[in-house]
Amino acid sequence: MNKQKLIVIGNGMAGMRTVDELLQLAPNRYEITVFGAEPHGNYNRIMLTPLLFGAKSVDDIMIHDFAWYRRNRITLYCGTDKAVVAVDRANRRVIAKDGTSAEYDKLVIATGSLPLMLDIPGRETEGVMGFRDIADVQTMIEKSQTKQHAVVLGGGLLGLEAANGLMQRGMQVTVVNRAGHLLNRQLDKQAAGFLQRQLEDKGIEFRLGVTISEIISQDEHIGSVRLSDNSLLPADILVMATGIQPNIALGQAMGLACERGILVNDTLQTSDENIYSVGECVEHRGEIFGLVAPVYEQAKVCAQHLAGRASAAYRTLLSATMLKVTGIDLFSVGDFEGDSTCHRQVLIDHAQGVYRKIVLKDNVIAGMIMYGDTSGSAWYLNLVKNRTNVVAMRDRLIFNPVDLAA
Amino acid sequence: MSPSSIKTTCPYCGVGCGIEATLVDPEKHIVSIKGDAQHPANFGRLCSKGATLGDTVSLENRLLQPEINGRTTDWESALAHVAERFAAIIAEHGPDAVGFYVSGQLLTEDYYVANKMMKGFIGSANIDTNSRLCMSSAVVGYKRAFGADAVPCSYEDLEQAELIVLVGSNAAWCHPVAFQRIRRAKESNPGLKIVVIDPRATSTCDIADLHLSIKPGMDALLFNGLLAYLAETGSLDRDFIDRHCQDFVPALAAAQDSAVVFDELAAACGLPAHDLAQLFAWFAKLKKVVTVYSQGINQSSSGSDKCNAIINCHLASGKIGKPGCGPFSLTGQPNAMGGREVGGLANTLAAHMDLENPLHVDRVGRFWGSDRVANRQGLKAVELFDAIADGRIKAVWIMATNPVVSMPNADKIKRTLQQCELVVVSDCIANTDTMAFAHVKLPATGWSEKDGTVTNLERRISRQRPLFAPSGQSRPDWWIVCQIAQRMGFTGFDYQSSAEIFREHAALSGFENDSEHGIRDFDISAFADINQPQFDALPPIQWPVTAKAMHGTARLFSDGRFYTEQGRACFIPISPRVPFHATDADYPFTLNTGRLRDQWHTMTRTALAAKLNSHKPEPTVEIHPEDALRTGLKHAGMALITSRWGSMLARVDITVSQQSGSLFVPMHWTEQFSSRGRVGALVNPVVDPLSGQPESKQTPVRIEAWQPRWQALLLSRQALRIGGVEYQIKVKGDGYWRYHLAGQTEIDELRSWSKTLLANELQEPSESLEFSDIEIGDYRMASIEAGRLSACVFVTAQGGLPEPGWLCSLFAKPELTRRERLSLLGGLPPQGEQDVGRTVCSCFNVGEKTILQAIAKHKLDNVAGIGECLSAGTGCGSCLPELKTLLADAGKVAVIGH
Repeated sequence: MNKQKLIVIGNGMAGMRTVDELLQLAPNRYEITVFGAEPHGNYNRIMLTPLLFGAKSVDDIMIHDFAWYRRNRITLYCGTDKAVVAVDRANRRVIAKDGTSAEYDKLVIATGSLPLMLDIPGRETEGVMGFRDIADVQTMIEKSQTKQHAVVLGGGLLGLEAANGLMQRGMQVTVVNRAGHLLNRQLDKQAAGFLQRQLEDKGIEFRLGVTISEIISQDEHIGSVRLSDNSLLPADILVMATGIQPNIALGQAMGLACERGILVNDTLQTSDENIYSVGECVEHRGEIFGLVAPVYEQAKVCAQHLAGRASAAYRTLLSATMLKVTGIDLFSVGDFEGDSTCHRQVLIDHAQGVYRKIVLKDNVIAGMIMYGDTSGSAWYLNLVKNRTNVVAMRDRLIFNPVDLAA
Repeated sequence: MSPSSIKTTCPYCGVGCGIEATLVDPEKHIVSIKGDAQHPANFGRLCSKGATLGDTVSLENRLLQPEINGRTTDWESALAHVAERFAAIIAEHGPDAVGFYVSGQLLTEDYYVANKMMKGFIGSANIDTNSRLCMSSAVVGYKRAFGADAVPCSYEDLEQAELIVLVGSNAAWCHPVAFQRIRRAKESNPGLKIVVIDPRATSTCDIADLHLSIKPGMDALLFNGLLAYLAETGSLDRDFIDRHCQDFVPALAAAQDSAVVFDELAAACGLPAHDLAQLFAWFAKLKKVVTVYSQGINQSSSGSDKCNAIINCHLASGKIGKPGCGPFSLTGQPNAMGGREVGGLANTLAAHMDLENPLHVDRVGRFWGSDRVANRQGLKAVELFDAIADGRIKAVWIMATNPVVSMPNADKIKRTLQQCELVVVSDCIANTDTMAFAHVKLPATGWSEKDGTVTNLERRISRQRPLFAPSGQSRPDWWIVCQIAQRMGFTGFDYQSSAEIFREHAALSGFENDSEHGIRDFDISAFADINQPQFDALPPIQWPVTAKAMHGTARLFSDGRFYTEQGRACFIPISPRVPFHATDADYPFTLNTGRLRDQWHTMTRTALAAKLNSHKPEPTVEIHPEDALRTGLKHAGMALITSRWGSMLARVDITVSQQSGSLFVPMHWTEQFSSRGRVGALVNPVVDPLSGQPESKQTPVRIEAWQPRWQALLLSRQALRIGGVEYQIKVKGDGYWRYHLAGQTEIDELRSWSKTLLANELQEPSESLEFSDIEIGDYRMASIEAGRLSACVFVTAQGGLPEPGWLCSLFAKPELTRRERLSLLGGLPPQGEQDVGRTVCSCFNVGEKTILQAIAKHKLDNVAGIGECLSAGTGCGSCLPELKTLLADAGKVAVIGH
């Protein structure tokens, strides 16, 4: 048997989803080798949040443990030593930090993203971290056992999940956000207000409209932060959750065409047709990615192409966001502000903190926010994806009509 | 009968149903009502209105204190004030400068003393009554034909008839229990023919073998045609005519003159010739015929003639004074008949005696001990208010009626009362459109407190007995009248009880009522010595009640003797006249008015019963589909209706039951419940020259779509004050108030406007829910208090508004579920919760959607099946026609489904 050799760089969700799909489509086509920089099997990064606040263990969040790799006859090189440092495209060879190397016929780069670490004076101080992998979570849990004050920089999804997790771990948490309201990529001001109130009720504090200008250390460990309004906040840890950036260092080093991410075409091929790239490290038609749904879609298309089914083409579809904080129901999709040509429907239950907003453009839902109650969100998502004309049900649209009698 | 149960009589229509009321908590005015199984009018049956009387006896909106010029006062001051002012005006301007406008809602004893005071002691006949608007043409008809205002028939005649012709009567809604008797008669005797003559296809047609959708106002022509037909076909009772009647020849000549060729007659009546021929053939062939007629006949500028055209046919065929026969006028009010008996009309004296007859005037003067008895007719209702308007009458005392709503040209009545020197109103209700103009308000007892008698439409006198002591400072109307009469120095008003008045009334009826002085029909002299215990125990009885007929008289004229000088019945030659005001290019439609099933008169009492408000919550205008198409009206849209006299707004109801060219609007809405829903404002003030009854059934109007900029539905646990809205309807529900609003004035900011509306109800903004779709002008808001719904408002510029059924039901819930909260402003219940829909059966509170679901689920195909499943239709039976329509509609859907 003369199998082709496939190497996947990156043992994360994008890379391994591609392998999963491929095993379904063409289980015997490739001899597969995976390089991963973390010392684990493939785990669900989305589940880092419950891992942080203790609802899940590391085992719980594993998608594929080591046994699975053995069962599928996949060679896995994982751990910091196995981080890939170079690719010799001329000889189609991948080389890891410890010198491990392997040859490929096809290569998939799935190096994901890195937390965007703002260039704040003192950022190298001990206790300043991102929230990206199991190691970060383990650090946070460790610190929470001895330290009191946590500051999270960034009021986006990741920041709020980190804040909530740290609070669950017993820390006093303050979220610092440059924008005037939370989740400004997912929520409008009104919904963000409900969210803030609900999180404040849980005990999280907020400093909005400011940023951190300086990290002040004490005994080489962070002790406090100075905000742009010159006030000081005690900080035993600082979690940077100000966004992510595609991890393109390897791609650039290999000479692949890169802009913000590694450029890929509709079949997820890079500028080298034997080299594919999927996940948060890629840039496709000007877009970069941070949510699981489009990444899984990329994996599917990439796998089909690898399996020799060339017909599939990747297109980014709208995807919805959820926030994984217990007791907070939130759904956001599409353009939830709209322009002057749009109509807006709003439903608010002030006392229950329920908020819904639908932005209509030419009788099609262009975007939507659900806060406090997300029942029917899947139905709405379909309306958005299918660009369904909703004019006939406009007067009851926002009330989740599938759940209404008659 | 349990010890705490009291037998009394329903205060609504003229059927006069007996009621057995069981006191549950007299202090809180809680009483349970059922039909009196022994009462010969209803044998235990009640209609939706009677059955809900218990919901109307609370103190809500009761007038409980005398008031002078807006300030509460004591009785002594109020009585002295009225007596002094009346006396002063009479002294200065004469007795004709004052007037009483009274009501068929008064008890006979109230009526008697009011009439005695005005005609006997003030010395004017300026006392008229709202019965003028309802049955005065019938009075003229009977008096001209029989020499007396004598209704010849009994309910038994309906059950014994072979043919019942209902003309201008929607008895199914207006006299429901009498109609139920006809329905049962038809069921037990399928040979009984029922013919309905009415421009509208009403619920009464439900049991009809034949419906003649006559052109409005052509009834006299039709009956003239019938008379000519009877003569032509040899169907006359020559013997009866010769022995018991007079003036047949000119009457027949007039009939033949007006109705020459049969086909032309049918065309003039707007009827298919074979339908009309069928009626004539049945009338001629069948021996036992009752013609039932009501306001469709009476409310006409030629109403008296129409009555006589009907009576002529019964005389000519001898169909009178026999079982199952007679011309049977159904009076509208509970005591219109009692009013006629005491003479409480401006053109009668007392006890069926006449003002123009000096012997009668002298007799009554001697009986009352007065030398001032009026000897000429007073001013009839429309004339009376005209006289107030031009200053001839300077003081008016209005008792138990609401002329600002019920009179024709009703906006003029407003202006008239506005400028009247002294307006005294005695009523049990505090806020009415008329009370708003009262200088003096006198609190009268209400139905549940009154003690006396009423007479129903078959001459049956029944007792109204008090269930509770008078509330607050309220007093019986007879007491109020007598107190003021005494203060004006009049003698013979020192009665201690209503029984004492009844005794005097009975004595007067028998006073010089004999062959020597002339026999009068109205004679209840057997009660001239009735004592209090006998009065209290008085069973229902039909007059005459005399020494010879101690148990009353079911049927008059059995002996062929009438009350004219010659003892013969008179034929009246009739030349049919069309309605006075013809339609024209500017006012192309004929406006017809009438009652609804679940409301009484001006809603002052029925609207207190939430159950009665859900059948027809808004004033609607019924219009034929072709007319709607032509005028650009949409079903459930809004219409502006205008006559030369006034205008109103109504919700459009497109229905084939309405004849093309005609509109129908219910008469009930007042300014208490609507901003522009008073149909009286449009009704022309033309009256019958003999009876003075207005032509309320035929006013030329135009109709056009009224396009509001916005419409709103508002529900609130508390009543709200909403001002300045062009279209506003207020409906009392069970634990909430419902408002339908619409306006042509743009609302600047929907949110703050809605908040202002709900200002009372909106405790904290945090307790509110809101929905907005501002770009299309939709805004909805709800206010929640401690988890309970306290109010919600739905505003829309161009969209629809929710069916209120489910929303209304939320007011009964102690706490809304999360799903209910989230569905609330969608106006539809969450899956699994029932929306019962519009109420169809008021007795058992069953909604349209519930009925339709049951029909589908249990594959029901008849009303009995619906009754078994849901009890709907098994109470008063008034909704049976609607149930049949629902079954038919459901059947159609099923057929299409195949």
